[in-house]
Amino acid sequence: MALTQEREITVNMGPQHPSTHGVLRMIVKLDGETVVEAKPDIGYLHRCFEKLAEQKTYPQVITFTDRTDYLSAMTNEWAFVLGIEKLLGIEVPERAEYIRVIVAELQRIASHLIWFGTFSLDLGAATPFIYAFREREVIYDLFESISGGRLLYNYFRIGGLRNDFPPGWKEKVLEFLEYLEKKALPEYHKLFTGNRIVEVRTQGVGVLKPEVAIAYGASGPVLRGSGVDWDLRRDVPYGYYHKFDWQVITEKAGDVFARYLVRMREVEQSIKIVRQALQGMPDGEFLGKVPKVLKPPKDSEFYVRHEGSRGEVGVYLISDGTPNPYRCHWRSPAFVHLQLVEPMAIGWKIADLVAILGSIDIVLGEVDR
Amino acid sequence: MSPIVASIIKGTVALLWVVLNALFLVWFERKVAAWIQNRMGPMRVGRWGWAQTIADGIKCLMKEDIIPLAADKPLFVIAPMVSVASAVLIWIVIPFGPGKSGVFSDLPIGIIFIAAVTSLSVVAVFMSGWGSNNKYALFGAMRGAAQMISYEVALVMSILGVVMLAGSLSLQDIITRQTEAGILGWYLFRQPIAFIIYVIAALAELNRAPFDLMEAESELVSGYHTEYSGLRWLLFMLAEYGHMLAWSAIAASLFMGGWTGPGLGALAGRIPAFDLFNYGIWPYLTGFFWFAFKTYLFIFLAMWLRWTLPRVRIDQLMDLGWKFLLPVSLVNIAATAVLANVWGWYAK
Repeated sequence: MALTQEREITVNMGPQHPSTHGVLRMIVKLDGETVVEAKPDIGYLHRCFEKLAEQKTYPQVITFTDRTDYLSAMTNEWAFVLGIEKLLGIEVPERAEYIRVIVAELQRIASHLIWFGTFSLDLGAATPFIYAFREREVIYDLFESISGGRLLYNYFRIGGLRNDFPPGWKEKVLEFLEYLEKKALPEYHKLFTGNRIVEVRTQGVGVLKPEVAIAYGASGPVLRGSGVDWDLRRDVPYGYYHKFDWQVITEKAGDVFARYLVRMREVEQSIKIVRQALQGMPDGEFLGKVPKVLKPPKDSEFYVRHEGSRGEVGVYLISDGTPNPYRCHWRSPAFVHLQLVEPMAIGWKIADLVAILGSIDIVLGEVDR
Repeated sequence: MSPIVASIIKGTVALLWVVLNALFLVWFERKVAAWIQNRMGPMRVGRWGWAQTIADGIKCLMKEDIIPLAADKPLFVIAPMVSVASAVLIWIVIPFGPGKSGVFSDLPIGIIFIAAVTSLSVVAVFMSGWGSNNKYALFGAMRGAAQMISYEVALVMSILGVVMLAGSLSLQDIITRQTEAGILGWYLFRQPIAFIIYVIAALAELNRAPFDLMEAESELVSGYHTEYSGLRWLLFMLAEYGHMLAWSAIAASLFMGGWTGPGLGALAGRIPAFDLFNYGIWPYLTGFFWFAFKTYLFIFLAMWLRWTLPRVRIDQLMDLGWKFLLPVSLVNIAATAVLANVWGWYAK
């Protein structure tokens, strides 16, 4: 056998690897510690969501949307419900619109908190992970008391919500927001943001240029971390977001640290939105008048975009006039963002690959659906 | 007693000391981590979960002995033993108490012995990484070799400043020299730069966070011991905690006066009955108390850092070692040499 000398070594990262956030497999080529190639291999969590949706009636599909991006179930439900409401012209009561904004923003906070925790774990710090989960638990408790579920809620209904929230819930939310803003977030910043090791690990690492981000179809915090001022909540308005005073957060740098900052500052904005929504919320119905059987007109189709926690969640439905969708396509931001890993990671070290993978916030349930 | 029997007894005692401490340290680390993270930590096995490590150890012992088919069997099997051996051997020269009876063997070249023995742990890491025939393990081993060798240089250089002041390589001498000027004689105060370099370099040498690159969980799964399980994995853990204990003890000895400290015998002037504490076994007990106390201070510091800081990257780690710590430690040696000659009190 001839002696061959290969510079590169192929490493199989995953599907059971501590930092691939579920069951992602990366086929990584390394030159020493430097990443030469990083190909994601997906499909380990494929659950036929889109095909399954064709067998179910429209309201039944809502439960599946929970399970695509299981860390951001409320916003997914909203995305799906929103489209059907637009198509059938169903009026949503004012109170329901307010509650929708509240739960969606709380969900965004919860999702960003989990991201913060897992990202810190990717960088090797175990403690922020536990702190973030501590705060997230409170949000999950709040969701449990309105919907009965802790992770998968099935709370949204076409035309409104399943139920109003219980007495005392509003105060609990306000109390939590106060705690989060005054105590938890400053603690995170003290522990993590200003840390010198975090800075050298994240600043300048995995820079994503705005034109590349747009070309790949990035959205959400990843896009805003590259300095592109684009948020569907403001630019393609839905719900009552236009009624509140809040800002779209952008960071110029486009590196891992910028994406981190965007998410942390978005939590602050979400707190602001929830406070205003709780204040301005009117009394009234929580579910509008909806026909018993929903049959969108034959051959009608629609695409609705929604700002999920991770970026643009898109729902594309074709109706054949029956109560079941003819075709349901789910555009998941994490799937799009996963393609960005390779262009961002080439030339960086394997430790940076993990940081970059963490910074785009993938949920494999959403990638594979 | 023949010297061979004496050596065997001493070795057994050293091994027992390391094992018992490792048992406690694993529990202690979990409790410290839990405390930092707002958790309870192990609570089920015994009161406050004190027997958790024992239960875990028994579980590991009862596991199937797995050697990967493609592994290099002799290397794979020997590596954990080498690792433990280096962790136990350090204890030969570390003084627990005063005089000749306070230390297993007060070698006149104690510091050099420590440097030599700890280098052995790099060999163990590399043996396991290569022997496992696993890419992650190999990465961990390569990192380990690079990291430990480069940090050992800075580490020894930082100790050199202390050695210059003490004028001896024996740890017992270094400790007694420090006490001559009271607490201000501690080399912690006379060699602050060396102390800081020592702490950083020792953490890297120990492969503790933020320098735990060779078993970086988020990148390399478990690094060099990815393929290990059961008893062999247990031995690696034992070695890891044994090393942590040893480096903390060395820090206590070199910079904080080791076993020296006030005992009850110091009160003999006021309470004559306390004179009893100046004789027999009492000075050793006092010495041991202060030794353990100071050692555990450093261990707590290491744990505190581990559960607070993220991990650095391999190239940043090498930069820190070669471009910062080494030059600073060299400057420190030069400064020590000058100061010791021009400032009488300093060298005293």
